[in-house]
Amino acid sequence: MNTRLVRTELRLFLREPASVGFGLAMAPLILVILGCVPAFREVNEDLGGLRVIDLYVPIIMLMAIAMMAVNALPSELVTRRERGVLRRLSTTPVKASAMLSAQIVVHLLLTACTVVVILALGRLVFDVRIPQNPAGFLLALVLSTLALFSIGMLISGLFRTSRGAQGVGTLLFFPMLFFAGLWVPREAMPDLLNRIGDFTPLGAGAQALRDTSDGGWPSALHLVVLLAYVIGVSAAAVRTFRWQ
Amino acid sequence: MTAIEVRNLHKQYGDRVAVRDVSFAVEEGEIFGIVGPNGAGKTTTVECVTGLRRPDGGSVSVLGLDPVRDHQRVSELVGAQLQESALPDRLRVGEALELFASFYASPADPARLIDELGLADKRRTPYAKLSGGQKQRLSIALALVGNPRIAVLDELTTGLDPQARQDTWRLVEQVRDRGVTVLLVTHFMAEAAHLCDRVAVIRDGEVVALDTPHGLTGGVESGQRLGFRPDRDFDERLLADLPGVTSVRRQDGEVLVTGTGDLVSVVLVELTRRGVVPTTVQLSQPSLDDAYLALIGGSARQEETA
Repeated sequence: MNTRLVRTELRLFLREPASVGFGLAMAPLILVILGCVPAFREVNEDLGGLRVIDLYVPIIMLMAIAMMAVNALPSELVTRRERGVLRRLSTTPVKASAMLSAQIVVHLLLTACTVVVILALGRLVFDVRIPQNPAGFLLALVLSTLALFSIGMLISGLFRTSRGAQGVGTLLFFPMLFFAGLWVPREAMPDLLNRIGDFTPLGAGAQALRDTSDGGWPSALHLVVLLAYVIGVSAAAVRTFRWQ
Repeated sequence: MTAIEVRNLHKQYGDRVAVRDVSFAVEEGEIFGIVGPNGAGKTTTVECVTGLRRPDGGSVSVLGLDPVRDHQRVSELVGAQLQESALPDRLRVGEALELFASFYASPADPARLIDELGLADKRRTPYAKLSGGQKQRLSIALALVGNPRIAVLDELTTGLDPQARQDTWRLVEQVRDRGVTVLLVTHFMAEAAHLCDRVAVIRDGEVVALDTPHGLTGGVESGQRLGFRPDRDFDERLLADLPGVTSVRRQDGEVLVTGTGDLVSVVLVELTRRGVVPTTVQLSQPSLDDAYLALIGGSARQEETA
């Protein structure tokens, strides 16, 4: 791992107002806005004694991860390839793969920071309980992150232009988050939609985060679905990725 | 000693043959040019030399190493400036050089290189804010930051204004003077003539000539070209039968006569005899451009106006 490359990539990311705004600031901001709605802070018997804001913390986390994984990362990688940066690096002793891993590391690192910020905001500002099964919660979070980053890498492999990669990233972003319950929490969704959602990465991820927040373990179904995405999609990403 | 040896290189993408059969050897310390129209196979040839592409046939040897198999070692010894290769917009000049320096085992001092390439006041300027000439200078600096023994420069001056082009030429000579062997790819014959010790002309994936710039001109139709405007109508075909005249044609009212020997006096005497007074008389030796056009055929004319 070339640490200077990672540092440089980190600096470049933070210099781009759009990536800071959408990648880092937007998800915490949405949590704050939702938290400011008084009704969302009231205990709701329909939600099993939880408040709407309690349900939203894990969903907003998934949103933050998805933003980095399927929007920011592919658009950056495809732009690099499009402009011949990866090709230029291939003529140096470090090769293009060094930049690829530096990009992934930087995006993972910043994703982790955003997730921590969301967790802290929820706890400190809106009094949301810390996940009752921290180990299970972390497992669900890691699996969801890996699944989403695999999808991002597959997009980077399949699309030659940054415009195409951005387009499909956005196209996937909203339906995935729909099944996670961003608009209608899974608790309030019809059964059929939840059944479908169980087989989407963020539907499975959201439910696994919900279950572990409440102190339980993720169901086998959701773990298998997440793992299947991680393994299947990353294998496909490795096969389709091109350097130039 | 031979720095680069390319023998019977062949490369195709699907059905399209990019390089049919290219052979040349670059001696250490020289500036070697590869010239040819777009699509002739120049860039593919260079990509095989830098190990970016694997040849389908033939062999490439760089300082005795195989660029694909020994990619790691070759990449330490060869610095490349690639055609159409940009940097991230917000990467600053100083950062770019320090970053690339960190890739190599024994890099040059980035700060010194920045000074030498006249980028000292641009150290903190983001890549996107550099002019075309400054981008090319940075690109050359990045090709040199690993202290390479060979520098590969692909389409270095395309899109630069004449002043920036002149400056870049001086830089390339400075690179050679450091003892670095230079492989220069261009589609400007004038550039090759100005800089190169030897030039390989490539057309349709094959080397059609390989010589010094001087030798290339000599190899094409020797002799002179006389151009003038007649003050009155006359049939220029009458000049074609004169001794030593090889061709006569009329272009935009100007008569162009090529030939050998005592061309000037033979033509002038004949004109005087017919009472024709030539105006704006020009006598020229075939230039490198003429030689280039003769070698690569008509396709180059579009190139020149492009």
